[in-house]
Amino acid sequence: MATKILTEHINVPGIETFDVYRKQGGYTAVEKALKTMTPEAVVEEVKKAGVRGRGGAGFPMGMKWSFLAKPEGVPRYLVCNADESEPGTFKDHYLMKNIPHLLIEGMIISSFALGANKSFIYVRGELMYVIHILEKAIAEAKAKGFLGKNILGSGYDLELVVQPGGGAYICGEETALLESLEGKRGNPRNKPPFPAVKGLYQSPTVVNNVESIATTAWIVNNGGDAYAGIGIGRSTGTKLISASGHINKPGVYEIELGVPVEDFIYADEWCGGIRPGHKFKALVAGGSSVPILPANLALTLANGEKRLMSYESLSDGGFATGTMLGSGGFIVFDETSCIVRNTWNFSRFYHHESCGQCSPCREGTGWMEKVLHRIEHGHGHQHDIDLLVDVARKIEGNTICPLGDAAAWPVASAIRHFRDEFMWHITNPQEATQPGAVYRGEMALV
Amino acid sequence: MTTESKPTIQFTPERLAKVQEIIARYPEGKQKSALLPLLHLLQEQEGWTSPEGMDYVASLLNIEPIEVYEVASFYTMYHLQPVGKHVIEYCRTGPCCLMGGEEVYAHLKQRLGIDTGQTTVDGQFTLKEVECLAACGMGPVFQIREKYYMHLTNERVDEIIDELSK
Amino acid sequence: MEETKPQLLRVTIDGIQVEVEPGTTILQAARKIGPEVAPPAMCYYQPLKGSGGKCRACLVRVAAGSEKDPRPMPKLVASCLTPVQDGMIVENKTNPQVIDARNGVVEFLLLNHPLDCPVCDQAGECDLQNFAFDHGKATTRYEEDRRTFEKNDLGPYIQLHMTRCILCYRCVYTADQITNKRVHGVLNRGDASEISTYIEKAIDNDFSGNVIDVCPVGALTDKTYRFKNRVWFTKPVDAHRDCPTCSGKVTLWYRGDEVIRVTARKNEWSEVTEFICNTCRFETKKTSDWTIEGPTKVSRASVISANKYRADAIKPSFGQRLAAAEYKPIHDERDTTQLSIQQLPPERFAKLPSAES
Ligand SMILES: Cc1cc2nc3c(=O)[nH]c(=O)nc-3n(C[C@H](O)[C@H](O)[C@H](O)COP(=O)(O)O)c2cc1C
Ligand code: SF4
Ligand code: SF4
Ligand code: FES
Repeated sequence: MATKILTEHINVPGIETFDVYRKQGGYTAVEKALKTMTPEAVVEEVKKAGVRGRGGAGFPMGMKWSFLAKPEGVPRYLVCNADESEPGTFKDHYLMKNIPHLLIEGMIISSFALGANKSFIYVRGELMYVIHILEKAIAEAKAKGFLGKNILGSGYDLELVVQPGGGAYICGEETALLESLEGKRGNPRNKPPFPAVKGLYQSPTVVNNVESIATTAWIVNNGGDAYAGIGIGRSTGTKLISASGHINKPGVYEIELGVPVEDFIYADEWCGGIRPGHKFKALVAGGSSVPILPANLALTLANGEKRLMSYESLSDGGFATGTMLGSGGFIVFDETSCIVRNTWNFSRFYHHESCGQCSPCREGTGWMEKVLHRIEHGHGHQHDIDLLVDVARKIEGNTICPLGDAAAWPVASAIRHFRDEFMWHITNPQEATQPGAVYRGEMALV
Repeated sequence: MTTESKPTIQFTPERLAKVQEIIARYPEGKQKSALLPLLHLLQEQEGWTSPEGMDYVASLLNIEPIEVYEVASFYTMYHLQPVGKHVIEYCRTGPCCLMGGEEVYAHLKQRLGIDTGQTTVDGQFTLKEVECLAACGMGPVFQIREKYYMHLTNERVDEIIDELSK
Repeated sequence: MEETKPQLLRVTIDGIQVEVEPGTTILQAARKIGPEVAPPAMCYYQPLKGSGGKCRACLVRVAAGSEKDPRPMPKLVASCLTPVQDGMIVENKTNPQVIDARNGVVEFLLLNHPLDCPVCDQAGECDLQNFAFDHGKATTRYEEDRRTFEKNDLGPYIQLHMTRCILCYRCVYTADQITNKRVHGVLNRGDASEISTYIEKAIDNDFSGNVIDVCPVGALTDKTYRFKNRVWFTKPVDAHRDCPTCSGKVTLWYRGDEVIRVTARKNEWSEVTEFICNTCRFETKKTSDWTIEGPTKVSRASVISANKYRADAIKPSFGQRLAAAEYKPIHDERDTTQLSIQQLPPERFAKLPSAES
């Protein structure tokens, strides 16, 4: 039976309440950390665990923590990123809604390790009902002495604040999130300075994803080495994958990193295969911003080995034949899906969500969307394809924040792997614009 | 043109208490952090985020009205124009479309007789197109106020509309 | 206590070495060398705190981070915000990747720009025009509709042509930092962002007129500029007066014997050296009000000193097109009556679904 670090108890009835969560062994990690460990020792365990940020960038969490500046007399902040808005990603939503105390336990441990006495959970505003669930859980934990002043007699004080967003994907970018939390427009900041030096209210700040923070309870209970023993290579531990699209069992699954992509798609334990009567065409493995792969490249590496669900294996081959684990938003496409339409759809998303601060992203995302819209609606020209590639290239790497890259990659990769399909739309506009029309030319379906 | 006179909008006493509680969450002098939560409160009370309401929120937080307009117009959840009783915010993003979202939303529009961005003549429903709601595995999805409606089909849409029209 | 002089840092930009104080940005170091190596800056504005980083015109490549850590930086960086390190090596005009990125930025900035230079007051002193001469192409690859906005007045003195705005945020910082109350700002987001007061409000403040001077393009213009004039037919003269509100040091712009416009003085990077008050700018237009100091030194290789566009000095034919446009409007076939506002998702605009519809 695969190890479950986050979801072992998620189906226990009443697990959203303090008492049931406690009965399942909840909050023992808080007791252990606050009563028997120093903050430095907690940081050390997280480092040993090798857990990498689960928000998308995969930056080692322990290392991020050790970068936190600690000037005298200045407060430090921990901010949990629960803005989850990357298309295909719905794992934090699932976790917070079902087992809110796991996040709160993680927040206490992480805040203690970082020396923060006021910590924030920034939840996208659309999830207002989850905010109520979290606030209720916080009130319970406070009533039981796990939050507030002098927690468990340890002398450590902590207050948790749940902050609602207002509807803006860009507020998932950590510095935009901090701006938003300060009551401003979600314009990402230029870096440096990084949040570890100047973050919330210009104080040193760590921003971590919900899932990242939630792992700390298990790490404190079982030790960093035990965590590092799970997974494969530098992809340690487990990962929540939110699976959607044309599979038999969409949902959120906790996997040990290193499971073959093929198994993840076809095994009954996970996605349960492509929906009956259909074939696997393409995969977006880690949220809409990562490069899309055709089925064959999704399942196998260039050298013929099986591709695994890990940071390294998914990015094997670079942008030529690989992709990224990203946030774990796993979107499966069968042969009925139109890649052009989907690329336009994603492109519209990034256009809509650009904050508009820097010119390449503000103008370039709109340009790409409009060109893709034309192609999809039968008004494309052959030169549009190279134009799109060039616009994507001129955005990528030249912007304030990675939203520019996130907008460029899906377009560039779709053209890289499905150029014929774009061509078909341009040269057969009448056929391609029929309702439900899909390119049926030569391609590797599995 | 508005002048600096007494605000025409007032929070209810319960909401005013809530305002105080929210402002107290942040460190001294950082009350501007309360802006997004207060705008949600405003919209909850008034149904939309009106200029008068924004001026009122500015006065509560001791900031300039333009700071509120800038913020309210950045985020998509704040309705800057009056809306119907039920605002249906449907997800138009890729994963929901893979699950048949486009057909379901076409049905929804047809059923209500309005396009996205419009309100029914009786003021009951407003349709708003939104991006990914973080429920992709349960698509197609729409949201009405805080509630998520998932696994939508044409039949399910009809049921929901019937229920809300009662 | 004796003051210790800070150690100077050596930085090499396009092969030219310069020594600067710690904390200096790459852009400032390059400006110290001279206009030939100074990166273009469309949003950065030295007098305004927090400006810069947005337009991406000033991108450069750092080929070596410092003496101590000579690794190159992985991406192009905004030179206006990146501080130099000792031993840093920067590639600006010598790097094709930088030029390519800048050409991209020009193209992006012009996508939604109306190219109405023939009727724009800013023509001849427009940073975007200059930037486009250096980096622009003659033809556009953009076939889509441009966005349009309604013309707007910000009070009796200032006119806003939002279509020309490049969202540099300079006017917002100016209102924040120079005036005591900001009533305009950036509304909406993405490419629907616009400078606005949201509800109709006049910008009414002793120093509000300075937003006109900081605007790099013709988005904010002086409504009292009485004769719509091409700037290269005017003669700038430095003058001052005893002003109770500001320093009273200005540039007067003459046509013949008439003062047709008053502005703050600018340095060679088009940055205001001292902000002036509205009384000086808008209400004091008689020569007798002023003590004349002498002709303004026009140090840039600008059209003002050339008195007209020198087509030979301007590289691409884009410039020639604009030069030709000096006398006749660009023939623009786009139908401006039905532009793209309706075609973009309606919720992106301030005008959200209306209950009446
Ligand atoms: C455009 C954009 C959107 C992002 N959205 C999210 C998000 O919704 N949730 C999240 O945890 N991280 C998101 N990130 C990543 C964050 O910037 C940041 O890296 C992360 O919260 C750090 O936490 P981690 O190290 O625990 O992953 C986003 C980044 C970008 C550039
Ligand atoms: S890349 Fe896009 S989202 Fe990021 S700062 Fe620039 S305009 Fe804003
Ligand atoms: S109006 Fe001018 S100064 Fe203001 S943001 Fe636009 S271009 Fe910049
Ligand atoms: S001048 Fe540096 S980004 Fe605009």
